[in-house]
Amino acid sequence: MMSAAKLVETKDLGIHFGGLQAVQGVNFSLNQGELRCLIGPNGAGKTTFFRLLTGVHKPSVGSVTINGTPIKGLQTHQIANLGVGIKTQIPSLFDNLTVRENLWLSARKRNAHAEADRIADEALETIKLAHAAKTEVAKLAHGQRQWVELGVVIAGHPKLILLDEPAAGMTGHERERTAELIRDINRTCAMIVVEHDMEFIKMIAKTVTVFNRGEVLMEDAVDKVLSDQRVKDVYLGKQTGGVTL
Amino acid sequence: MTLELNNWAAALVAGAGALLAIFLIPAIFNEYEVLQMMIYVILAILALSLAFIWGIGGILSFGHAVFFGLGAYSYAIAAINFGETTSAFLVAIIVPSLFAAVLGYFMFYGRISDVYLGAITLTVSLVFFKVANSTSGPSYRIGKAPLGGFNGIPSVPRLTVPGFPEWELGTIELFSLSVVLLALTYVGLRFLISSDFGRIVLSVKENERRSELLGYDVRRYKLLTFIIGAAIAGIAGCLYANWGNYTDPSVFALSQSVQVIIWVVVGGVGTLIGPIVGCFLLQWLTTWLTTIDTINKDVILGGILTIVVLLLPQGLVPTIRNLAWTVAARATRHEEKAV
Repeated sequence: MMSAAKLVETKDLGIHFGGLQAVQGVNFSLNQGELRCLIGPNGAGKTTFFRLLTGVHKPSVGSVTINGTPIKGLQTHQIANLGVGIKTQIPSLFDNLTVRENLWLSARKRNAHAEADRIADEALETIKLAHAAKTEVAKLAHGQRQWVELGVVIAGHPKLILLDEPAAGMTGHERERTAELIRDINRTCAMIVVEHDMEFIKMIAKTVTVFNRGEVLMEDAVDKVLSDQRVKDVYLGKQTGGVTL
Repeated sequence: MTLELNNWAAALVAGAGALLAIFLIPAIFNEYEVLQMMIYVILAILALSLAFIWGIGGILSFGHAVFFGLGAYSYAIAAINFGETTSAFLVAIIVPSLFAAVLGYFMFYGRISDVYLGAITLTVSLVFFKVANSTSGPSYRIGKAPLGGFNGIPSVPRLTVPGFPEWELGTIELFSLSVVLLALTYVGLRFLISSDFGRIVLSVKENERRSELLGYDVRRYKLLTFIIGAAIAGIAGCLYANWGNYTDPSVFALSQSVQVIIWVVVGGVGTLIGPIVGCFLLQWLTTWLTTIDTINKDVILGGILTIVVLLLPQGLVPTIRNLAWTVAARATRHEEKAV
């Protein structure tokens, strides 16, 4: 009965590409409204895990349930329509369309034309890019493109948002603004955030799940995870080269 | 590229252009010349159909002539059998649309890649060409209509005015109808592109994965785009069968499909006016080149395509438009400095 309350639940989830076991035996769950951070070294399976949740990859074994619905056999767009929005690692946008058009297309999926207009304008304000509404996305700076993709995700009013490295390539000021934005968005929906930047993780995370070699290494409160010796060994020590944990 | 389009202004210009063509061209040129121009107009409708599915929908069909040919053949067969042409005109739209729906269903719902889509459409056109060519003899007929093998179907009845079966369209009237249908197709596609459906089709072309992640069933949008393009090609095919009062297997030929691609490339992929311009220009050039014995038209057309792809990759219309904008922007800056 407890599982019915979970927004995301995976059981023994795994996928292999030929001989490479990218994700294996992952039992993961996320509560409604929760914000979870995923960390792990490059190649740990975090992005693949996101692709399994969005239906881009089909699992070799195990199952995924989103809001009580098993996603086995569902197409990517059908999973998106369950209320799953994703910001990919490399911004994936409609580059030759304007910022507002990108947001509008997201909002239009679940709303009538006029309501989509309103939501697009609202999202423009949220990501603070109203001044660039008519700018083609291809002409924006990297950080701004990241925000547009965040805006695209929130304009779809999802129940669950997956963010893959939202602060990658951002300046210090941009990272702070992004962290603030994520905390704001989390007031209305659950989020899973993949990030390498430990300072950024500390700004937003309560619970952290650590991936290593396609498996869940540990899952705990952010302070406990960042001070755990196993985590330091597999990831943080090598990755950050002296970050204060 | 932006989705903001001034459709009503385009509709006014297209309407005025169509009226001018309808009244001026028959007044200036003789019937043979009008007949010659009519084929340009009909082929421009075919160009628009590929401009929509490729330039807007991102679907490159290497066998687009199939829908053109199906339009021509189904009109011819229906008109001969029905004894009236209004429903035959509708059949010429419905048959290519249905065929596109079936073919497109397997291609898009089977999620085949663009390369294989090109190969499949090419193969389908070759199959139709081969089959149509091998239907010689009295046993190959559909109802009263003989298929005629490589000779095709002769004596295809001309369109009549709906409700007046005796009022068969003459050359000038058929020319006028073709011009009106070209203008309507152009304006209709502009409105379609700027509709919510069109915006989503554009987004699918721009980034298919992102469209899926937003919840759009890209397979459905691609299929609908493909069907709309096939329906327009069917209209062009129907007019083509009317133009010459016959149709033959050349309508399915590979050269026909390639020609359409060249018109779109030369005029400008992603625009609607470009392929019309490309079609008029290259068809006129082809006609002119065939009057010169010492020149092989295919070499010249191939050369033009190579030059456009290398030097004007956006195509003629977008290049001229960008040039005009640059000149206008410079002129504005110059005026501001002077003030």
